[in-house]
Amino acid sequence: MFSVPLPLASGEREEILKIVGDILKNHAANRENLIPILQQVQAKLGYLPGPAMEKIAAASGVPAVDLYGLATFYNQFRLHPPGKHRVNVCMGTACYMAGGRIALDSFERRLKIKEGETTPDRNFSLERVACVGCCTMAPVVVVDDKVEGRVTPTRVDGILLECGASNGAAGEAPAAENTPAGREQAEGAQRS
Amino acid sequence: MTAAAIEAQYAGLQKQAVAKTAVQKSKPLVRVGTATCGVAAGAIPVKEAFEKEIGSRGLDARVVEAGCMGHCYAEPLVVIDKPGFAPLCYGSVDGDLARRLVADFLAGDDPCYEFALAALEPNDVFPTFSEFPRGVCEEKIILERCGFIDPEAIDDYIARDGYAALAKALALPPEEVLAEIKAANLRGRGGAGFPAGVKWEAARGAGDGVKYVICNADEGDPGAFMDRSILESDPHQVIEGMIICAYCVGAAEGWLYIRAEYPRAVERIHTAIRQAREKGLLGQSILGSGFAFDLRVFQGSGAFVCGEETALVSSMEGKMGMPQTRPPFMAQSGFRGRPTVLNNVKTFSYVPHIVSRGADWFKGTGTPGTPGTAVFSLVGKVSHTGLVEVPMGTTLRRLIFDVGEGIPGGKKFKAAQIGGPSGGCLPEAALDVPIDFDSLRQAGAIMGSGGLVVLDEDDCMVAVARFFLEFTRHESCGKCTFCRLGTKHMLDILTEITGGRGNPASLEVLRELAEDVQAGSLCNLGRTAPNPILTTLRYFRDEYDAHIFEGRCPALMCKELIAYYILPKKCSKLCDACVGSCPVEAIFTRADGLKEIDQQKCVKCDNCRKACPPEHDAVVKLSPPSLLSGKEGVPK
Repeated sequence: MFSVPLPLASGEREEILKIVGDILKNHAANRENLIPILQQVQAKLGYLPGPAMEKIAAASGVPAVDLYGLATFYNQFRLHPPGKHRVNVCMGTACYMAGGRIALDSFERRLKIKEGETTPDRNFSLERVACVGCCTMAPVVVVDDKVEGRVTPTRVDGILLECGASNGAAGEAPAAENTPAGREQAEGAQRS
Repeated sequence: MTAAAIEAQYAGLQKQAVAKTAVQKSKPLVRVGTATCGVAAGAIPVKEAFEKEIGSRGLDARVVEAGCMGHCYAEPLVVIDKPGFAPLCYGSVDGDLARRLVADFLAGDDPCYEFALAALEPNDVFPTFSEFPRGVCEEKIILERCGFIDPEAIDDYIARDGYAALAKALALPPEEVLAEIKAANLRGRGGAGFPAGVKWEAARGAGDGVKYVICNADEGDPGAFMDRSILESDPHQVIEGMIICAYCVGAAEGWLYIRAEYPRAVERIHTAIRQAREKGLLGQSILGSGFAFDLRVFQGSGAFVCGEETALVSSMEGKMGMPQTRPPFMAQSGFRGRPTVLNNVKTFSYVPHIVSRGADWFKGTGTPGTPGTAVFSLVGKVSHTGLVEVPMGTTLRRLIFDVGEGIPGGKKFKAAQIGGPSGGCLPEAALDVPIDFDSLRQAGAIMGSGGLVVLDEDDCMVAVARFFLEFTRHESCGKCTFCRLGTKHMLDILTEITGGRGNPASLEVLRELAEDVQAGSLCNLGRTAPNPILTTLRYFRDEYDAHIFEGRCPALMCKELIAYYILPKKCSKLCDACVGSCPVEAIFTRADGLKEIDQQKCVKCDNCRKACPPEHDAVVKLSPPSLLSGKEGVPK
């Protein structure tokens, strides 16, 4: 589930250490504050990079391996950077029964990644969440903190298009069904 | 300080609050339900539409955010309270309806009854929610104010007698308040049903040192959201309950442990705490009584096992959330090794009501073993989904068919999944059991936190059991071998069965494993993890058999055991809805103009079946897939 962290760009490490340093200034680095500190680092950076963990470990005197234990025990924490757009598919009971799995499959197919992964261009990351508490809107997908209810495979394409559009990026257009071979074949068959 | 002085201070607060809300009441008020569920349904644009339209017309009306009224099927909900009219609730509101309501109702005098869902107060013109079929069954105690007050305005709460119970409690000796809670037999609503009064008494008796009160809002059951709803809709009720508890046990510090997945609840509880401090309801000398108590918030980081009290405390101490052996019990040694009372959001919510109205009133509702009400989040295949509060002892049948108004689409009821991953699936035959903590345990399920998912004929029970095992396997903390390995092994067996590779002997192994995991686990996560398997094996054995012996999924749900097929007799040459809907280009048009599915390419996403217009209804699911052979157009 936790892949090897990507190499950092130049200057990124210093930036990370600065942000972590700022957060550590506001907290006593004791064991009880570890989770809130990790939460704040993740809120700022989107994930917990290696240098951040090492710095927190050094400041709190807690062995880095323990910190790694915490970060991997709790579902909230991630050790790899999220995509620009974060797709969280709810897998609560109601969502699962209403087709959450179908929605997840559709995202996996369109984005060509598996749950827990980020697209190589870092545009999208895909995750499943336990339950976001909107069971009556099942199946639910949370995209960049926006809750989408009753998500069908068709809506999945719509969501990805909206993200692509609002992004202004010409990147890979997820909707590939405009000129499917099947349709050409169909037209050919009808002409003949 | 005397009792009279405390009461007088409270009376002053209430007078201010009533005066403030009265001024507001003289103007039209629009309340938009913006709990998470409302927001998901689009409440924010609706609120903006109201504000914009009211602004552009220069009307003198307020738009505020409210919580959740429990009628989730009709979100976004809006209540318009205009002087001279009964407050009216409108369901499924969108921007257009919002503009129309402003134009016709706020600017004019036409309440647009054709769009109204219900009135909130009895009147001669329009029915109220209590006249709905579900209104007859419901009895609201802790959800009473949810959706009717502004959760971000403490005066709204105080004007409705909020914090009166606290004033009453502070004027009494703590023993007396505790005795009342004990006499009410308030059982913990977190799932286990342990009497709250007994817990509190133990903590009270545990010396005079530092003690803690913790509210467990780590609502992790997939399918349950009432704790979130209460925190988002009526946060002060929980705070008041916690202060009273702290007064009983002698604690000066309290914590709310809220899941990170509930950012809105966290935000609203922070606002509520700040407002309570400003009014002198938290902090030093609450209401001038000399009793000091304050609250802090801890955000959980997403671990289901942290709903277990010792794991929750470990997590607050900055460790991995692994359960500890008991004794020592929390009441002796909990958070930071100090006596700690830990109760669920709902349990604390009942406390002010019991203090205000007395133990006898509380015992007047519910069953003798479990007085009070039960809150369920009614979801799944049921017409009127939402949050419901019914007296303990109500039957599941009443809950699903009267409150929820039955199964939509003319489908047949199959099972009620109650209690989340720790609960079980109950069949039609078990629907007439009056529900409380004890009766459900006998039926093989548990009350849990009150998630109630209704399943119909299209839901596969083996897949449901597998879903819960997938969840518990992932959430097992790994401390106990039986839970860590047993859940994995059981999941593997269920995966094989749903994949059509089931082995006749595996059911026996499954049952043995289930019993071993129950016996060999420390906490309730492991002890109850096999419940979904045991109940489905007990009540739906035929479905397991169909998967294993016939390679067939009776509910047509398990992907590997179904195939999609377009009926040539029904397919229209003039329509290609399915072709365009297929994400993998598996559907093609044949030489004769009819459509066909390339089985090799099909990913069974169900898109084509949904896309096929109802007048053709040509796409069907077949199980087992071997039914395809011999069908027209399918290679042998």
